[in-house]
Amino acid sequence: MNSSKSTELNFIIEGANCSSCVAKIEKALKNVQGTNNAEMNFAERTVRVEGSAEQNMLVKAVEDIGYGAKPMGNKSDQDALDEKAKSDNAHYKKLIRNMMLALGVGVPLMVYGLIFDMSVTTTTQRIAWFAVGIVTLVVMTVSGKHFYNGAWQGFKNHSANMDTLIALGTGTAWLYSMFVVIAPSLLPEVARHVYFEASSMIIGLISLGLAFEIKARGRTSQAIKRLIGLQAKTARVVRQGQEQDIDISDVQINDNVRVRPGEKIPVDGNVLEGSSRVDESMLTGEPMPVSKQAGDKVVAGSINKSGTLLFEATHVGHETTLANIINMVKRAQNSKPSIGRLADVVSGIFVPTVMIIAVLAALAWLNFGPEPSIAYAVVALTTVLIIACPCALGLATPMSVMVGVGKAAESGILIRNGESLQTTSKITTMILDKTGTITQGKPQVTDVVTFNNADESNVMLLVASLESGSEHPLADAITQYAEKQSLKLSKVTDFEAITGKGVSGTVNEQTLLFGNKALMDKYEIAVDEAAERAQGFAKDAKTPMYLASNNQLTALIAVADPIKEDSAEAIKRLQNKGIHIVMLTGDNQATAHAVAKKVGINDFIAEVLPEDKVNEVTKRQQQGEVVGMTGDGINDAPALATADVGFAIGTGTDVAIESADVTLMRGSLHGLADAIAISSATIGNIKQNLFGAFIYNVAGIPLAAGVLYPFFGLLLNPVVAGAAMALSSLTVVTNANRLRFFKPNKS
Amino acid sequence: MLMINILGAVLITAIIYWFWLYKPKQIETDNNTATIVVDNGVYQPANIKVAADKKVELTFDRKDSAPCAETVVFPQLDISKSLAMGDDNKITLPALKAGEYVFHCQMQMYKGTLIAK
Repeated sequence: MNSSKSTELNFIIEGANCSSCVAKIEKALKNVQGTNNAEMNFAERTVRVEGSAEQNMLVKAVEDIGYGAKPMGNKSDQDALDEKAKSDNAHYKKLIRNMMLALGVGVPLMVYGLIFDMSVTTTTQRIAWFAVGIVTLVVMTVSGKHFYNGAWQGFKNHSANMDTLIALGTGTAWLYSMFVVIAPSLLPEVARHVYFEASSMIIGLISLGLAFEIKARGRTSQAIKRLIGLQAKTARVVRQGQEQDIDISDVQINDNVRVRPGEKIPVDGNVLEGSSRVDESMLTGEPMPVSKQAGDKVVAGSINKSGTLLFEATHVGHETTLANIINMVKRAQNSKPSIGRLADVVSGIFVPTVMIIAVLAALAWLNFGPEPSIAYAVVALTTVLIIACPCALGLATPMSVMVGVGKAAESGILIRNGESLQTTSKITTMILDKTGTITQGKPQVTDVVTFNNADESNVMLLVASLESGSEHPLADAITQYAEKQSLKLSKVTDFEAITGKGVSGTVNEQTLLFGNKALMDKYEIAVDEAAERAQGFAKDAKTPMYLASNNQLTALIAVADPIKEDSAEAIKRLQNKGIHIVMLTGDNQATAHAVAKKVGINDFIAEVLPEDKVNEVTKRQQQGEVVGMTGDGINDAPALATADVGFAIGTGTDVAIESADVTLMRGSLHGLADAIAISSATIGNIKQNLFGAFIYNVAGIPLAAGVLYPFFGLLLNPVVAGAAMALSSLTVVTNANRLRFFKPNKS
Repeated sequence: MLMINILGAVLITAIIYWFWLYKPKQIETDNNTATIVVDNGVYQPANIKVAADKKVELTFDRKDSAPCAETVVFPQLDISKSLAMGDDNKITLPALKAGEYVFHCQMQMYKGTLIAK
């Protein structure tokens, strides 16, 4: 639920020169309706306002007491994106420079080592290798500065990170090599081997891996970038009869905004004039443009196709549907499903554990290894430290969630967080509310049958008058019917809604009861003569409603809610995935049966009162099912909240975002099947990543320590370990990126 | 050889003590606000005492452009935020019940703790 609309706004205050102004300004702001708190920082001349007050009201309040206030700080999403791209790019270039320097020294050295022997015997060799050692040290401090800095800062703070491993690994290789050069006589002759190339190569390869990773990471956030890119930069407002292009952040609520064909709609609003077709596909996933005319809602980020529209702004800035979507996607992309918890536990203790394993491996070589055991020990120590990669483990979950949530958003599916994503992939039973979910939710009057000599237009007048105050969807059908017939409605008194049954009231001095059979039964009204017709209607999925006037049956009115075109197909898709579908409806048995049959549902429950929907969800959960509940998000809110995953389904953009675990922006049930398909694909991707990362470390570390040496004489080269490590995290990010190309199976 | 083995054992003990057993100093906060510098693989300060049952306001000053430093996660509070470079990263946490709340980057290399008392 969107529990509080409380936000924080920051302003720069102009003209405040004395500290006594502070109290005055704060007081003025606090007096604005909706302000919870206002605190001014006199030193910075800024003020922070908490609450739901409108920005322009706050500015006005400050201006009214003789100061100026300018909104500040709320950097636009696009600015933040640009800034991030800039900093990522700078970091990328830095890594590439580091890589070139390190590999520039490392590669020739390695090639030399492959052709000649890198051992130290003569004095000339000692001098030459000493010089190489110094060059390597320069490379390490220039290209690998970040690693050593990080390792040292971490060490001081009792924390060990990836930098620690790289610094220790490359440092050990360098120190040992330098020791060989300076004091070769302290080591057996066979152990006088230098490993300067390893230090340079490892730093070079890891920098290269990180550089690629930045690029790949950039692609994981493509969906959010696209959403942010939907935001127009300027808007054409009509003020005092003049059209003017203004910055999007200056558009105020109630401004009249004009959009021409081909332009983006800049803010949310209600159409005042004109008619057009608007492409909302980027927001809702609904491919067909939606026609708009006076009275219709338009949303920021959609594209005006054919005509010119004039509309009144209703939501601007951070309040627009688009801004809400962006916010929700951003939040969800940063959250983790519980499937990643084990990886979190492991990466929390990973680095010190690897350090201990490295020491143990070195000790094992020193104790049991063949000569030169000291050289073997150094290689094993370095290789274990370098090959171990906590990054792959740590990145496995968040990268996939990032891509999966973004992918869903592109199809008009908003997933609240990682946990919802995970549970969605496990759903075994899906409960669908009938009205507005399977059907269009816009019922129409199809038949009117009168009894006891009642007159049809009089009956409709009475019913329409009675229902004019009701908010029930069936009431709409009646009022619309009356409008078409141009009936002039009468006044209602004693109106009462009887939950789950109908309504009662007095119109034209007649006491009326209008509702289902249960209502008639309650007031003991005989309806036998309508029974046959009612049954017939029900068989056709029409809802029969009874009107009693002064305790006598006067009419039977059939209302039907058309089934959405693609409901049956989408339900089939869900069933093909092995999901059991249940339909709930407040309608009678026969109507429910007819609809269920048409869309291929065997398990349905009719005449369910709103409060019983929750019980139905709980009942299925107790049977061990993972229950998804799909409804409109308003009437079904308690059931959506009780279900393991609540899906709110909207028509177009008219849906309360955040009211459920998953919000489907388009009305089609295909969105539901897509949501489940994308969730399953994402969780599958996470599993691949986690499995890969675990296996990599579980196999790589012992291999590096030399467990295969006794059997095959195989010991990993530290440079190979560096390459493997760089590849492992890159692989995880790349695998996550594969999800971008996922297409839900349409059958 | 014995010496080397003893040295190894001492090293392992030192690693365990230094990284796991050592209880770091806690920084007191003024008015439940704190600025945390994100640089070189660590949060500074990383162990922050705050008053329980009161809103906490943290400002993250990100100086490290490595992507690792980008996201900060408060797993127990289900809060996470992408940090922009620089100090324009304010996070307001709801009033916390007494206890310890960790925060870290996505890969748990950057780590910190809030101690609410």
